[in-house]
Amino acid sequence: MSILAYDFVLLGLLGALFTGLAAPAVGTYLVQRRLALMGDGIGHIAVTGVALGLLTGAAPILTAVVVAILGAILIEVIREKGRTGGDVALAMLFYGGIAGGVLLTGLAGQSAAKLNSYLFGSITTLTTADVWTTVVLAGVVVLVAVGLSPQLFAVAQDQEFAQVAGLPVRFYNVLVAVMAAVTVAVAMRTVGLLLVSALMVVPVATAQQVTRGFRTTLVAAMGIGTVAAAGGFLVSAYIDVAPGATIVLLALAGFTLAWPVGAGLRRRQRLRAPFTAAAAGHGPHDDGHTVVPEDHEHRHGDDCGHLAVPHEDHVDYVHDGHRHAQHGSHYDEH
Amino acid sequence: MPLTDENAPVVAQIVDGAVTLGGRPILRGIDLTVRQGEFVTLLGGNGSGKSTLVRTLMGLVPTTRGEVRLFGSPLTRFKDWKRVGFVPQRASATSGVPASVWEVVASGRLSRRGLLRPLRGKDKDAIADAIAAVGLSERVGDGCSTLSGGQQQRALIARALAGEPDLFVLDEPTAGVDHASQQAFAETLAELVRRGVTTVLVAHELGPVAPLIDRTVVMRDGRIAYDGPPLASFQDIEGWTDRGHHHPGLTEAAVDHAPNVGSPFDATTDGRQQG
Ligand SMILES: Nc1ncnc2c1ncn2[C@@H]1O[C@H](COP(=O)(O)OP(=O)(O)OP(=O)(O)O)[C@@H](O)[C@H]1O
Ligand SMILES: [Mg+2]
Ligand SMILES: [Zn+2]
Ligand SMILES: [Zn+2]
Ligand SMILES: [Zn+2]
Ligand SMILES: [Zn+2]
Repeated sequence: MSILAYDFVLLGLLGALFTGLAAPAVGTYLVQRRLALMGDGIGHIAVTGVALGLLTGAAPILTAVVVAILGAILIEVIREKGRTGGDVALAMLFYGGIAGGVLLTGLAGQSAAKLNSYLFGSITTLTTADVWTTVVLAGVVVLVAVGLSPQLFAVAQDQEFAQVAGLPVRFYNVLVAVMAAVTVAVAMRTVGLLLVSALMVVPVATAQQVTRGFRTTLVAAMGIGTVAAAGGFLVSAYIDVAPGATIVLLALAGFTLAWPVGAGLRRRQRLRAPFTAAAAGHGPHDDGHTVVPEDHEHRHGDDCGHLAVPHEDHVDYVHDGHRHAQHGSHYDEH
Repeated sequence: MPLTDENAPVVAQIVDGAVTLGGRPILRGIDLTVRQGEFVTLLGGNGSGKSTLVRTLMGLVPTTRGEVRLFGSPLTRFKDWKRVGFVPQRASATSGVPASVWEVVASGRLSRRGLLRPLRGKDKDAIADAIAAVGLSERVGDGCSTLSGGQQQRALIARALAGEPDLFVLDEPTAGVDHASQQAFAETLAELVRRGVTTVLVAHELGPVAPLIDRTVVMRDGRIAYDGPPLASFQDIEGWTDRGHHHPGLTEAAVDHAPNVGSPFDATTDGRQQG
């Protein structure tokens, strides 16, 4: 672990940890609104912000934050106003953002390599100021995303219901957009502007494979994001590639592992869900009952190997497409 | 069931209301006053403007004319949203991220809960009671996406119940809900009526709630065609909604101004379904 000896790796690791925590926290609300690609759009717009910093000599992270916030609010306005053609307007905004960024970078006399370090992340060019900006802004985003989760959840779940509950819906919509913009801007030195959206979305998709509730999804996604960001960052320091690539590939690997686990869990859960009276067609308390004709070579029980599913006040044993329940000295078909 | 008490305070009111959506007049000349403790059903054919009317009452649709008041204050100044419970039509209980039944129902409690304040025992009881009232107690921890359509609808009813509203507005809450659950739903409503809750229910089929009704409002082509005691049967409602069958009680004026069948408005698709 000699790589840890380098100060810039430690600094970068701190930035990666906070980015990995904040990106999925905001991403959960974006995914909940089915706006998974919003982070991507803001990332494109922020390219212009970075170039503006390079051109004027201001800190690119600050110009990126400002431009990203303006872009995010514009996206939110277009989304609210334009029902039709909204996505086309958004697409143009994205292209304009990246084209403007490339143009301004050229005007500033900076090389494409310089811009690249913002598009896919970079360890070696990190400054202490960048890292502290990242830690503070990402920290605020995480506090808001977790602290206001009941409100943000309700607004994203059903906007009209939230409005009738008296919540300031527009304020919360803009708040999420601004949080997404800030996250994108602070993530640009670790994952980079073009890949930040993956860190917002993939951990959420991974967490969903095994969770059933919103809060558990939020917390799990933040955990997964942190591990992917920190792990990917260290790997990139070791093999000397852009950290964005390793972070995103690590996150995707996590998803690939979680998916079959989730599918298995869901299947298991479906199989073990108790039978209800309605699902059974007739309850056990019906007058007539159907006696299983064949003889059983064993008694069904806790460890007979057959799937045991609760059914009202007793247990049904499932085998060969039948549900058998003990009734005195024989089994009934349920 | 006590019929409308003329002296009871007004809970919800629209005076000379008109609503335009997408440049088309949708509601015209709406005068509706709902008093405390009343149980009002809103009936009418598809596209007659029932949903638009209740959404106008909830402040989700702006009026182009007239005024909407809730609990005595104009909508623009109304702040007491915790007194209102709303079940939107055909809303989905699912979103892009899993949410448990408990979480969805708990969001109905937000209007009674301050910012950054944890749930108190009272809130938790209200949430549990609401879930029990719609018979989903065994599924509290399950994801909403694993529920059937009718069960999701019941979760949305519970969400509105959890806020313990004084005014309960439901837009076709039992569409797709099975008979046994409709019976349970009617019992829940009956309990609310006993507690003095004011109810506005949009429905196509009344079924087990029929005995609770104090008053029926029938919409036709964006106007109120009938407002009075419950009609004896759906046969009667046909009389108020179908112009071909002339009802003796219907005045000439009411027939005249409504443009006849194939009404131009039906041609526009329902643009309300937003993405
Ligand atoms: N956002 C909108 N823009 C334009 N027209 C709309 C919009 N929303 C509704 N309408 C129109 O308003 C009319 C009334 O619609 P509304 O949804 O109120 O009917 P409804 O009585 O609730 O019908 P249903 O029984 O199908 O629920 C319809 O003709 C519909 O096409
Ligand atoms: Mg409707
Ligand atoms: Zn067995
Ligand atoms: Zn059984
Ligand atoms: Zn058997
Ligand atoms: Zn038997």
